[in-house]
Amino acid sequence: MSTDTPDAPADDAPSRAELAARVDELEDALAEATSDDDGKKMSIIATKGTLDMAYPPLILASTAAAFGYDVTVFHTFWGLDILHEERSKNLKLSSVGNPNMPVPNAVAALPGMDRVTTKMMEKKIADNDTATIEELLETSLDMGVEFQACQMTIDLMGYDEADFYDGVTTGVGAATALQDMADADIQLLV
Amino acid sequence: MSAEFDITETLDVKGASCPMPVVKAKSAIDELSEGEVLEVLATDPGSMSDIDGWASGTEGVELVDQEEGDDVFKHYVRKTE
Repeated sequence: MSTDTPDAPADDAPSRAELAARVDELEDALAEATSDDDGKKMSIIATKGTLDMAYPPLILASTAAAFGYDVTVFHTFWGLDILHEERSKNLKLSSVGNPNMPVPNAVAALPGMDRVTTKMMEKKIADNDTATIEELLETSLDMGVEFQACQMTIDLMGYDEADFYDGVTTGVGAATALQDMADADIQLLV
Repeated sequence: MSAEFDITETLDVKGASCPMPVVKAKSAIDELSEGEVLEVLATDPGSMSDIDGWASGTEGVELVDQEEGDDVFKHYVRKTE
């Protein structure tokens, strides 16, 4: 049988090779789209650096990692302190502005009171066998959580890239966070 | 030990509180093979709901049984893939 194509395509119709290339392209795109759907994703923006507010993003990040989520936590402003190796060990609890504190605001505002309430909370954490911030961070890193430190706030706070835990991603900004949020199944601002 | 399944590994997270029982259970189950059962011993009362929630929301694990013993909550989780 002839391999000629007597009814050769008109000039604007794609050739067999072009069609084959197009099929390959579509198959690749499909494979990529399918693999993207494989895992669930969570994106957290951590903006707070007080002892109490450092917990929620880390607890949720490590738990989501246990669920098999691909987790990214983008740390900005005071949230950077959670990733700061030295500062993360000295996060403070504010004694003012929280009506649930056992001391009235007028007393809580006295010098040294934040230290008192922080010590109080640290003791509760130790007595209750609650994981420390450092422990949660190391665990999350081991589980593959990606921690990102916002470059603009690193510069603003005068921090150095070397100040952060090993494994923390630096050199990222809002567009990176936005991209992660757009791809994620769960997005949280803490 | 319950009759219907064999325990392959036991994870003791007594004393640990949220999120550690779930997080450590995940790491422990990763070390097992398909079909094997992990026993988790916890004192955190929240682990009853949390291990259940984790097992039902996570691919490749299933909750086989939970027991509320004397001060200890026992969880049995099978690796399914």
